[in-house]
Amino acid sequence: MTETTDDPNNKIPLQKAPDTRPGPAADAEPLLKVRGLVRHFPITKGLLKRQVGAVQAVDGIDFDVRPGETLGVVGESGCGKSTMGRLITRLDEPTGGSIEFQGTDITHLSTGKLRPMRRDVQMIFQDPYGSLNPRHTIGGIVSTPFRLQGVEPEGGVKKEVQRLLELVGLSPEHYNRYPHEFSGGQRQRIGIARALALKPKLVVADEPVSALDVSIQAQVVNLMDDLQEELGLTYVIIAHDLSVIRHVSDRIAVMYLGKIVELADRTELYENPMHPYTKALLSAVPVPDPKRRTQRDRILLKGDVPSPINPPSGCRFRTRCWKATEVCTTTEPPLVALRTGHQVACHHPENAGEPAAAGTKAPDGQASSDQ
Amino acid sequence: MTAPIETTGAAAEAQPEAVLKGVESKRIEGRSLGQIAWLRFRRDKVAVAGAIVVILLVAVAAFSRPLQALLGLDPNNPDQSLIDPNTTLPKGDFGGMSADHPLGVDPKFGRDLLARILEGSWVSLIVAFGATLLSVAIGTVLGVVAGFYRGRVDAFISRMMDVFLAFPLLLFAIAISASLQGGAFGMEGLPLHISVLIFVIGFFNWPYMGRIVRAQTLSLREREFVDAARGMGARGPFILFRELLPNLVGPIIVYSTLLIPSNILFEAALSFLGVGIQPPQASWGGMLNQAVKYYEVDPQYMIVPGLAIFVTVLAFNLLGDGLRDALDPRSR
Repeated sequence: MTETTDDPNNKIPLQKAPDTRPGPAADAEPLLKVRGLVRHFPITKGLLKRQVGAVQAVDGIDFDVRPGETLGVVGESGCGKSTMGRLITRLDEPTGGSIEFQGTDITHLSTGKLRPMRRDVQMIFQDPYGSLNPRHTIGGIVSTPFRLQGVEPEGGVKKEVQRLLELVGLSPEHYNRYPHEFSGGQRQRIGIARALALKPKLVVADEPVSALDVSIQAQVVNLMDDLQEELGLTYVIIAHDLSVIRHVSDRIAVMYLGKIVELADRTELYENPMHPYTKALLSAVPVPDPKRRTQRDRILLKGDVPSPINPPSGCRFRTRCWKATEVCTTTEPPLVALRTGHQVACHHPENAGEPAAAGTKAPDGQASSDQ
Repeated sequence: MTAPIETTGAAAEAQPEAVLKGVESKRIEGRSLGQIAWLRFRRDKVAVAGAIVVILLVAVAAFSRPLQALLGLDPNNPDQSLIDPNTTLPKGDFGGMSADHPLGVDPKFGRDLLARILEGSWVSLIVAFGATLLSVAIGTVLGVVAGFYRGRVDAFISRMMDVFLAFPLLLFAIAISASLQGGAFGMEGLPLHISVLIFVIGFFNWPYMGRIVRAQTLSLREREFVDAARGMGARGPFILFRELLPNLVGPIIVYSTLLIPSNILFEAALSFLGVGIQPPQASWGGMLNQAVKYYEVDPQYMIVPGLAIFVTVLAFNLLGDGLRDALDPRSR
């Protein structure tokens, strides 16, 4: 899957990205520390609102976000990745676990007490049509963070807003226009300008490009990349598009049914996926070359994602896993580092024994060209 | 494994699509949503006609008394010389139409109908506007609160709306105006009747407004811009007033305009039943009430106030529909 030799398109991101980004310091104090994060949405029944169950949207996840890095989060629809994003920005309150931002526990802080933290954590939303208030001008929208946080930027709010608009590639003259006068890509840029207004440290982007046209996706992703470099931002990018994630991330977390099943460096994850689910996901990425398309082995998962109301016992992926055994039913596999910087939650990890073997297990003759 | 991102990424290195050359040189003036609605409204001929009639009506109602003086008419000046003493009907054709009395006079008393219509117009409109204002005020506040805070607050307010909607309003109105006949709250006569009508109509009609506002709020609060505001540290009141309310203005204006004609009808109905405006004060409903006795022999007496109500209600409805199409084109 990763022939860098005969596929020039792959070269660009693979080589460029790690060089240009400020290297994420692996041993530095994490910016965000998430431990055992749980969010259950209660299901109530009857007049007395008796709780009869819970949608276990996020069910115990641990990860760190290091300063300057981009953590990508992938997973199918409904696996809890958006809920996770809303939890770490505290738009939603966790049921359990803890979130630490720069050493401060923000898990259960009230709206008022969260306010200082809001300056440092910002969010970019999925829907560029829903995330901007249609009744406010662009100037009003981008200056809202200043108003809410009581920040008076140098040279006045208007000047700063116009600078931000320029920063994201819009004209400062758009200040008095309304959102409906812009295209999806432009609106997303406005959303990015708003998110960057207070010079945040962490930006959580929930599917920042999935609502955009493919040609615009590239522009927005590259803009986010450039801004990260320029402003030293840390990103948590949630997406279901593996190509986008691969392009932007330093590390990638794969989620399945409310759990992180694999967390590893980008290249490591794409070349040596250890969790069967990750492997299946990667095999589903479309191959643009029709010759190679026939050669790869596509792993087709059977069935649907089980209901998060009543997830399977033991390993949550076992119902669809071709390697599942007795132990998978009884014991839940913990997320452990099987290699440096590569955490997997699986009883029967792939590629575990032979770190040299690369990529997906390609058909004979194909593996040799894999790097 | 090549993504579209990666192929296009190299070529179109964050090409800002907004900064187009040539556009910069000539300024394009942005249009606010209000301006766009106005443009859309102007194209709707029927709605514009409705608006013109409404403006005329409001002007006539506002200057009803000066206008009567100018025309030398008095709504409460009986003139028995115009009445045939045998039949108690107006002398002459078409209910006594003449140059002095262009719409004729009423039977039995011989009072000028034009003057009585003019006098009734301000009563009708003041009751309709007052009641609408009261409904909108209560409905908007409670609707927004119910939709925004949801849960128990919403359950309580929604049940309250159900109670109000199930209330036997007509019986209540009859009872309350009968018991307040003599005078109450330091008022008596016409001011009392108008206040009671405004209260009864306005206070029991707010759930219609409340339900619309609540539903709109419920859907608006799930929009991502509310999350965005919250993510920047906004509190409830800020989100309510700065983010949600500007988006509710459109529907509120539209349904107020549609509530006015129904309130005019309600006022007319109550006066028709004799529990609204009391004679001898002229009111459209009251005139209809008296006209019932004469509809076979003097149809003019019934047609005049009926037409006044019809035109007013139609004009307000056309205006309201036009406003709805202009402000919220998706709800068509």
